[in-house]
Amino acid sequence: MSYNWNWSIFFEPAPGGTGTYFDMLLRGLWLTIQTGVFAWIIALVLGSIIGVLRTLPSKTAYWVGFAYVEFFRNMPLLVQLFLWFFVLPELLPRSWGLWLKQMPHAPFYTAAVGIGLFMSARVAVQLAAGIASLPRGQKQAATALGLTTFQAYRYVLLPIAFRIIMPPLTSEFLNTIKNTAVAITIGLIELTGQARSMQEFSFQVFEAFTAATVMYLLINIIVVTGMRYLERSLAIPGYITGK
Amino acid sequence: MFANFDFDVIRRSLGYLFLDGMTFTLTLTALSAVGGIIFGTLIALMRLSGFRLLGRIAGLYVDFMRSLPLVLVIFWFYFLVPYVGQWVTGASRPIAVGAFTSALVTFIMFEAAYFSEIMRAGIQSISKGQPAAANALGLTYAQTMRYVVLPQAFRNMLPVLLTQTIVLFQDTSLVYVLSMPDFLGAASKVAQRDGRLVEMYLFAAVVYFTISCAASFAVRRLQARISIVR
Amino acid sequence: MIEIRHVDKWYGPTFQALKACTTSVAKGEVVVVCGPSGSGKSTLIKCVNALEPFQGGEIILDGIKVNDPKTDLPKLRARVGMVFQHFELFPHLKIIENLCLAQEKVLGRSHDAAVAKAEMLLERVGLKEHARKYPAELSGGQQQRVAIARALAMDPIAMLFDEPTSALDPEMISEVLDVMVDLAREGMTMMVVTHEMGFARKVAHRVIFMDRGEIVEDAKKEEFFGSPRSDRAQKFLSKILSH
Repeated sequence: MSYNWNWSIFFEPAPGGTGTYFDMLLRGLWLTIQTGVFAWIIALVLGSIIGVLRTLPSKTAYWVGFAYVEFFRNMPLLVQLFLWFFVLPELLPRSWGLWLKQMPHAPFYTAAVGIGLFMSARVAVQLAAGIASLPRGQKQAATALGLTTFQAYRYVLLPIAFRIIMPPLTSEFLNTIKNTAVAITIGLIELTGQARSMQEFSFQVFEAFTAATVMYLLINIIVVTGMRYLERSLAIPGYITGK
Repeated sequence: MFANFDFDVIRRSLGYLFLDGMTFTLTLTALSAVGGIIFGTLIALMRLSGFRLLGRIAGLYVDFMRSLPLVLVIFWFYFLVPYVGQWVTGASRPIAVGAFTSALVTFIMFEAAYFSEIMRAGIQSISKGQPAAANALGLTYAQTMRYVVLPQAFRNMLPVLLTQTIVLFQDTSLVYVLSMPDFLGAASKVAQRDGRLVEMYLFAAVVYFTISCAASFAVRRLQARISIVR
Repeated sequence: MIEIRHVDKWYGPTFQALKACTTSVAKGEVVVVCGPSGSGKSTLIKCVNALEPFQGGEIILDGIKVNDPKTDLPKLRARVGMVFQHFELFPHLKIIENLCLAQEKVLGRSHDAAVAKAEMLLERVGLKEHARKYPAELSGGQQQRVAIARALAMDPIAMLFDEPTSALDPEMISEVLDVMVDLAREGMTMMVVTHEMGFARKVAHRVIFMDRGEIVEDAKKEEFFGSPRSDRAQKFLSKILSH
């Protein structure tokens, strides 16, 4: 290959005078993690609520959950981010729209909320499936003891369901982190974005992308290891969850 | 509240949006799905082949691809494919590769990792008695796979493969990062040119939503029909 | 104590699971409900604490109408113990926690009081040393005894048993029946769906025979085993007692 490798590029100062190219990538990595975690919290909270709605006996609750999931699942994430970033401020009353547009770190908040909403639909589907996989008698036993529906979910169904769906939740968490890269389209300079700008400034395209790739792999390894540890510490003796 | 908006811009650009943009998107989706499923099936067969090294390589490929954001992979291949082309053809300089080809290679390679997991589950779901029966009839490994195992695996997994294709259809919008003329790219170009972001992005959202919804509805019906037959 | 009057239940528009079922259980009475599978006996017992909704008739439990929309169902259910075919212990909670959960969350007992009560009951069903284990670490018979203790922990005014021994291996049936016999002899009001005719002979006051959603026979134990009036009950008895 007629490509001039230059691995020492990472230690050369990046334009803009804020450290080396390596520092630049690290800043991107940090922003990726921040956005991913913020989005994941939103996804977990909303996804849990919608997931529970989909399992309630009420028809209305089911349809609300169904419509929510279909809405966020049937549009590309990129388009959804555009809707929140470019379209929403124009549709709101003038002063609100202005406030949104002038908000500091708008790409960050838009990305976190947008990706969080997008992922919440997927969390909801996983959780609803987890709850549906529990024997019907569990809910009956809880209600027969006098627990309210809320208590039955809070103390019985959700603790078991979340343990069962731990493996798919791990990959949804990783998807959330990976999806933050889509936010470079609304100007969030996260890890992929920093690699891209490093490539534009230094022309060392493969070094930049290799570094970003290694960092994503590290995130994956850390998350998978951490979740496996969590899974093991939450495992119920003698009880085989799924798989 | 829509008083300031000009929805006629959509009508004026319909031809460009659909004849150029949507054609690009749908062709890319279809070819990537076919290529991804073929390549993905090969990876799945490697993983289940029993040759440890082969299985290990296939497993690493899948894990590697699934660890990376698609956007980064799109960038990777965009810059890498010209060099690979040079290496393959023995040319003296990196060869110029069209936007479509670059995107197609990217999506086939990327989605193959996801399709391979689906095919692997499909192959594993077939009872061990099936290949045993085929072997007992004297079929070779390749024949067993070709005529007995893979058709069943493919059939059982068809709804999942199609659902993944809908995801792929949505994912193709990410070629936007390389300013390619897919549907979203076309909509975006009109939006920038005419200063009509709200109208064009709302319209793009509606189009993606309608197509994805209709497709997943069709998949759900197919799934219901398959499960009745079985 | 339990009044069941003309109860009709439909599954969908075409299948009637219960047809005008009328019977009652007096205080301190033990009533065994038997019948072929699909006869509606489990459905009937689950209507008593409104785990299953029903469309016609009424059920009155200790003077409170179960199918009155104004009835506080969790409160009512807390006063009736229920034991399920598949035990339905909560797999993520230790045995002692299974016994304490509803005591604390529904009855509002202090943790210490709940634990004391739980330990007393575990002692009684012979499982005190298993208090810190998880359900999956116990045998089926042990789990069902825990389930009985869990129901008793709520100080119920009556107990409902839904085929409590039919999911058990044969060698474990007697340990569960022994606990139930003791309970009956102490004067607990019990409604028991079971095929264990030995248990019925030993402690039941009345036997109800159901078939195809109807109460075909409702007689004193002696009459029922002496000479069932209906053909269907005779056939059923001969099948069940022939081996």
